[in-house]
Order: sequence, then structure tokens, then C-alpha cells
Amino acid sequence: MSPISRGFHRRRSEPDAEAGRVPPGQYVTHDFPVLAAGPTQNTPLAKWTFAIEGGQSPVSWTWTEFQALPAETITVDIHCVTRWSKLDTTWRGVSLDVLLEAVSYDAAYVLAFCDGGYTTNLPVADLTGGKAWVAYSYAGSALQPEHGGPARLLVPHLYFWKSAKWVRGLRLRDTDQPGFWETYGYHMYGDPWREQRYAGD
Amino acid sequence: MAGTAVRGRLTWQTATVGSVTDETPTVRTLMLDVRDWGGHQAGQHLDIRLTAEDGYQAERSYSIASAPDEPPAITVERLDDGEVSPYLTEELRAGDEIEVRGPIGGYFVWDAPDGGPLLLAGGGSGVVPLRSILRHRARLGDTVPTRLLYSSRSLADVIYRAELDVRVDGLTVFCTLTRSQPAGWAGYARRVDQQMLAEVAWPVAQAPLAYVCGPTSFVEAVAAGLVALGYPEQRVKTERFGATGS
Amino acid sequence: MEALEGSVLDGNAIGGLLMSLFGTDMTTAIGICGSCGAVSQVAELAVYRPGLGTVVRCRSCTAVLMVFVEIRGITCVDLEGLASLTPA
Repeated sequence: MSPISRGFHRRRSEPDAEAGRVPPGQYVTHDFPVLAAGPTQNTPLAKWTFAIEGGQSPVSWTWTEFQALPAETITVDIHCVTRWSKLDTTWRGVSLDVLLEAVSYDAAYVLAFCDGGYTTNLPVADLTGGKAWVAYSYAGSALQPEHGGPARLLVPHLYFWKSAKWVRGLRLRDTDQPGFWETYGYHMYGDPWREQRYAGD
Repeated sequence: MAGTAVRGRLTWQTATVGSVTDETPTVRTLMLDVRDWGGHQAGQHLDIRLTAEDGYQAERSYSIASAPDEPPAITVERLDDGEVSPYLTEELRAGDEIEVRGPIGGYFVWDAPDGGPLLLAGGGSGVVPLRSILRHRARLGDTVPTRLLYSSRSLADVIYRAELDVRVDGLTVFCTLTRSQPAGWAGYARRVDQQMLAEVAWPVAQAPLAYVCGPTSFVEAVAAGLVALGYPEQRVKTERFGATGS
Repeated sequence: MEALEGSVLDGNAIGGLLMSLFGTDMTTAIGICGSCGAVSQVAELAVYRPGLGTVVRCRSCTAVLMVFVEIRGITCVDLEGLASLTPA
């Protein structure tokens, strides 16, 4: 048995703060931690495209075409599996409802793929109905590369590892296949309110 | 007496905090009493583990600040947003228990047979393993020509200042203070750059050995700068502490 | 070879993890990248620790060489990105 280190405790939120907005096991941060599994990507806008593959025919947008799509400004809370939550974050981007409308498909799952090779899997049902965006602006300014710019996936109702940085597209699939972290044991779905951090939770 | 690094599977051992020394307003050295400590090499580190009452555990790595023939000591810098360093630098006191495993690392180590001349470059808390090397060198009575290039924010942030002020045979200490300098300061007053390295680093023809430690940005700049001066890559050993602020 | 960003570490930072897994110091072990063939001591590889796990990459081509994820006390070890890993 490990000895207790007198007086040591994990980081935690003030108990009365933002009650009901913080999922179990999380603490509120006022920073925006930069966490990455690899080097910051710096894709030039002239080369950037967003693609949806695996539907009846592949569809893709250049940056200029993407900027012409209807966009929304939203304010959401985000929750990282490393236990920090950040409340009232403001983003601007294109809803996945708009993007998926451009494709004819009957797949139930996607694998999001990104510059640098990162992937993550999600059910299509969690991308539609006003729940997800491809965001290119944060806090009123262009999304910085260290936070996933030029554009990242934003799926705030799931743990933030699903909000893939440097996203370049979605691959529609009939089955749910694990992405990068899911392959190593992180939860396939990742609902912070049911504390689904790891497979089996 | 100095022992070789313990080989074989690492296990966690209980350590009792022996004494604490405040080096600067944000940096503290903890002397550790580890019953089955097998000794360490200059430049190695150890891992510590803290356990909270609810079972939560946190692990961190710290370079060993003491010489191989001294009990293990670590020097910890308090990071404002840290979870562990504020506890180690402000709460922990003599008699408290933590867990340690180590010593760890066979790459960033120096012993007399490695020779020199030595260039030790430290940024902020990167000076800690270099201090272990300097103490080892001094206790051996080794006079291999050594230069320490030490970058700190200000004079108040210089760790081991009194120790470094003592004249030691064959050792020259170059301090650069990057944010503020006291009146009359005659040393460097900027971040380490190519010009400073050209002035401080041993000429390549002397086959120097370099140890560079500190924040990643510091290590990247200094290591690249030494290679640009002609240092062979295998003669520049590096240890990166990440983004700890400089 | 680009300079590593501020938060990136090197193989020294996972010395304890590797020693507990392999039973010996691995910071001086030689790794050969399975993607580009670059030869490096583990201490000199790029180490990313975003809190979910540890990702070790080749400094020459950024390919993933090793991944370590600890969940419920069990560490998943993926060395597939290495062509070889040889203790010194």
C-alpha cells in the first residue's frame, strides 16, 4: 500500500461554482490547455480541403468554398478526459448538418481524419441535429494552429478528444471502428455525463 | 561511496523528507531519506509518486541535485498552475512521506572517465542535473576544464547562487539574466543566442562534451547552436523539461 | 529536422516508464524508425504527453514509433512504428 502524502489532493473545482454544468470528476479551468499527440499542423489555406468519403459519391470543399457555407456562432462548454472543463467557449463554424446534407449516404458511423494522422470515431447520429460543427474561429478570432486551426471538429457533448484538431474530413462507415485513442482503450463513445472515459465504463 | 545505477526492475520505495531548503522564492530543495537507495550517477533523475487520501495518485520526474556519494535530493520549481509542484514546494515538510523510484537514466550522465572539456548549459531548473555533475566533479577533485552557462529570469531566480559564487578550480560560470538585472550587472542580459554560444562554448578542436538541460525551447536553441558551431551531435547531450516557463 | 515545440519532451522523460516495462535503462537504447530508417537513441526521440497517453515520434519524419497508454493500472504498449529497439 502506498503511504498517504499528508495534505495532497487532486485539482478540483470550487463546490458551489457552476453546479450542474460540470460533469463528474471534472474541474473548471480558465486556461485553454494545449494538448497534442504530435506536432502542430500548419496546413496552408490554399491546400486545405474538407472531404466526406464513403457516401454515394465523395464530396469536398476548398477553403474558399467552405467559407461560403452558412456558418453559426455558438457558445458551449467543453470537457476533456484529462479532467478539465472550460465553460462558455465561443466558436464559429459550419454545422455537420449542412455538410452531411451534401452527401447521400446510409452509413451509421464516421471516422474523422486529420492532418498529422490523428483519427477518432463517432456515430453519425452524434454529428447531426445541431450537435457538431467544423469550427474555424474561436473566441472571435481565427482558430490558431495550436488549437487545431485552420479548422477542427467540435462535438461538445462528448469528451474533447472526439473534437479532432486539424480535421480534414470524415469517412462514412457501416461499423464503428476505433480511432487513435479508442484503439488504445479509450471509450468508443465518450459521454462525459456518464463518465465514459475508458472502454468498459 | 558512489554506486552504479541500480539495474533491474524499478519498484516504488517510501522516502521520508529529511530537510528542505528554499533556494529562491519559488524553488525548494528536498533532501530525501530512502532506506534502500542504491546510489546514483550525476545527471540521473528519480520519479516521485504522491497518493491522496481518496487514492488519487500523481507522478512526476525530478533531476537529482546531489552528488553520487550524497543522499538523494531533488530541487523543485513551483509552477503556478501545477498540481504537484505547489504541494512539494509549500506543503511538504520534514518527516512527510512520498514514494520514489530510481535512479533513472543512463544517457544524461557524467562521470570522470567521460572527460571533457565540459560545457554545461542550463535554463531555469535545467541547472539541477548540472549541479549534480559539478558537485560530483568537485568531490572527486577532478579538474576537467568546465564552463557552466546558466540562464535565469533574474538574480533572485538563480538557484544555488551561493554555491556557484564560490571559486572552483577549472570552472567558469557564465550567468545570463533574461528579464531583469541588478544595477551594475556585468554578465549577459539576454536569452542565449548564437553570439553568446560562440563566446562561451569550448572550441570544437578541443573535443568538448556538452550537456544541455532546461525548457524545450532553451534546449532546442542551444543544441542547434552548438551543432552550428561544429559540435558533433553525439557530443551534445540533451534533456528537455517541456514548457516550464523561462 | 524542425525544432521541437515548447511542450514536447524527449526520451529522458519516460526513463522510469521504460525501465519499469523493460527491466533495464532504455534511454540509451537504439531505435530505428520503421518509416524513414532514422537511427536514434531513445533519449533523443520526441515525446508527446497530452494526458491521455504517451506518444513517441521520430525526430526526422514525425512517424509514431511507440505509444503507451495506462488504463486501470494496465499499460498498453505499442512499438509497431519501430523497425527495431536495441538496448545499449
